Amino acid sequence: MTQTTNQTAAEVNNGVNVEALLGAREALDAAPEAAQFKWRTTCEWVNGTHCKSTVSGFFGLGEEQSRGKDFTIEADHPEVFAAEDNAATPVEIVLSGLASCLTAGVAAVAQHRGIQLHSVTATIEGDMDLQGILGIDDEVRNGFGNIRVHFDIDADADEDDMKALVAQSQKRSAVFDIVTNPTNVFVSVN
Amino acid sequence: MKYVTTVIIGAGQSGLAMSRHLADRSIDHVLLERGEVANSWRKERWDSLRLLTPNWQSRLPGYAYDGNDPDGYMDMPEVIRFIQGYAEAISAPIYTGTRVISVLQIENGYRVATDRGEWRCETVVLASGACNVASVPKAAEGLPPAIASLTPMDYRNPSQLDDGGVMVVGASATGVQLAKEIHASGRPVTLSVGEHVRVPRLYRGRDIKWWMDAIGIMDMHYTEADDVRRARRVPSLQLVGTPERATLDLNALRAQGVRIVGRLAGMCEGKVQFSGSLANQCTLADLKMNRLLDGIDEWIAENAGNGEFEPAHRFRRTFVDAEPRLGMDLAAAGIKTVIWATGYRPDYSWLHVPVLDRKGRIRHDGGVVDAPGLYVMGLPFLRRRKSSFIVGADEDGRDLAEHLSATLHRSAA
Repeated sequence: MTQTTNQTAAEVNNGVNVEALLGAREALDAAPEAAQFKWRTTCEWVNGTHCKSTVSGFFGLGEEQSRGKDFTIEADHPEVFAAEDNAATPVEIVLSGLASCLTAGVAAVAQHRGIQLHSVTATIEGDMDLQGILGIDDEVRNGFGNIRVHFDIDADADEDDMKALVAQSQKRSAVFDIVTNPTNVFVSVN
Repeated sequence: MKYVTTVIIGAGQSGLAMSRHLADRSIDHVLLERGEVANSWRKERWDSLRLLTPNWQSRLPGYAYDGNDPDGYMDMPEVIRFIQGYAEAISAPIYTGTRVISVLQIENGYRVATDRGEWRCETVVLASGACNVASVPKAAEGLPPAIASLTPMDYRNPSQLDDGGVMVVGASATGVQLAKEIHASGRPVTLSVGEHVRVPRLYRGRDIKWWMDAIGIMDMHYTEADDVRRARRVPSLQLVGTPERATLDLNALRAQGVRIVGRLAGMCEGKVQFSGSLANQCTLADLKMNRLLDGIDEWIAENAGNGEFEPAHRFRRTFVDAEPRLGMDLAAAGIKTVIWATGYRPDYSWLHVPVLDRKGRIRHDGGVVDAPGLYVMGLPFLRRRKSSFIVGADEDGRDLAEHLSATLHRSAA
């Protein structure tokens, strides 16, 4: 397995710089304090359920990191929620985050394993019982019941290799971990 | 203070194999053993445990199993007799009942303090085992006092447990074996499953350990591994050694009635949460098993004649509930005991030489520790995939004795 990876790695290009990632792993293993990152976003209320988040700097490698540009992510709710539907709902953004994280992981793992990708599409669906958020039934949680992700992948690999890509991507995914495991959340107000 | 060239700490399979290789090189040495020969096998294992490796793989330098059941698996009394027999056969210079209290680096060597006096030596071999302490996750702190908390080091058999449910955390060899026998004792078991390595006991008519040996996996050298640090942390194979040579995987446990849940993700006031990653953990294990079986099939295609082995086949994928349980109130679920089958680690609390990394693991290159004249044996994938098995002690001992001998000659020159 190792040999084939090395032989084909040079020809495979998924646009992922695996050498840089492996180098970073090596460096951060030696300096774990540099591996401590903080991710941030600032969300401002616009009107109704319409909000606008701005993502800019983050902390990592021991210092503040600036990108030199901002990204904005808007969120709203559809009309059936008596809202204006200016943007995707926050839960759809969570699903997009999960799908993006897993898809990026597939590309990175494929590059590392010497597998050329031609196309990758993740389709994701989350079940939600609105009786939770509407406070109708206390036994129903607010969040997703089950989430299903389906990948359609066209790549130079057999079926088991593709399944292994997707499995390994889940194993190393931050958002998959965030969604499948509990996290303490602390909220303060001024 | 007594003087000797080499102190070997521990008189189990590793220490004894090293003793033999040092004796072959006329290097004077002693083995310091806190208890008796094969102490961990005597004192720190549960009653029903048998080796995961078949008897024919129980080999030490110049010594092998000679019974009439080569495909069987030794129980603990047999393992103890085997290792004790070896110690006698090679007349190993063992000081039993001698507990090492500290190892200090001094000029040109080490000072080894024990509860029975001190030794000065040029070289030290740490052969005290990979499984001295049970690793228990932080989440264990959230366990209410009313629920008993046990590690496999304390566990002997189901009769020591309260009647009622048991949660076994961890599904490697230890976890699946304990889950099986505890559930069979009438105490309903919930098994929390994280990363695990699934293998069948038999494939195409042979023991999986036979195959791993035949196709070269057990002999794989640490310098050939893709990522040796990762390989050293891979959990033990889901295996049990039984006279029936039965496979013990999650499907077998499920069929027995064991409840399978995801990795323990959190515990607070007796309420546990399980990760939603169970399906993926099982998929990973199934895919990895199939890659191993592919390797065996390829080896057969290249090396064996038609019909020499049973035909190739694949095992049913691991069955996962449509909606695995994500949480449980331990008391409400009738859980009286939690057993932490979450791994083991060596105890180096007495090793006062700066060779541990920030995770407390010893820094070594194939057993040559990052301090002159210091060696370690018996850790997972130390020099070869088989390093932590009885059968691995011979070659590792020979390699390291050779290195040790060269070190002595260098310092003498």
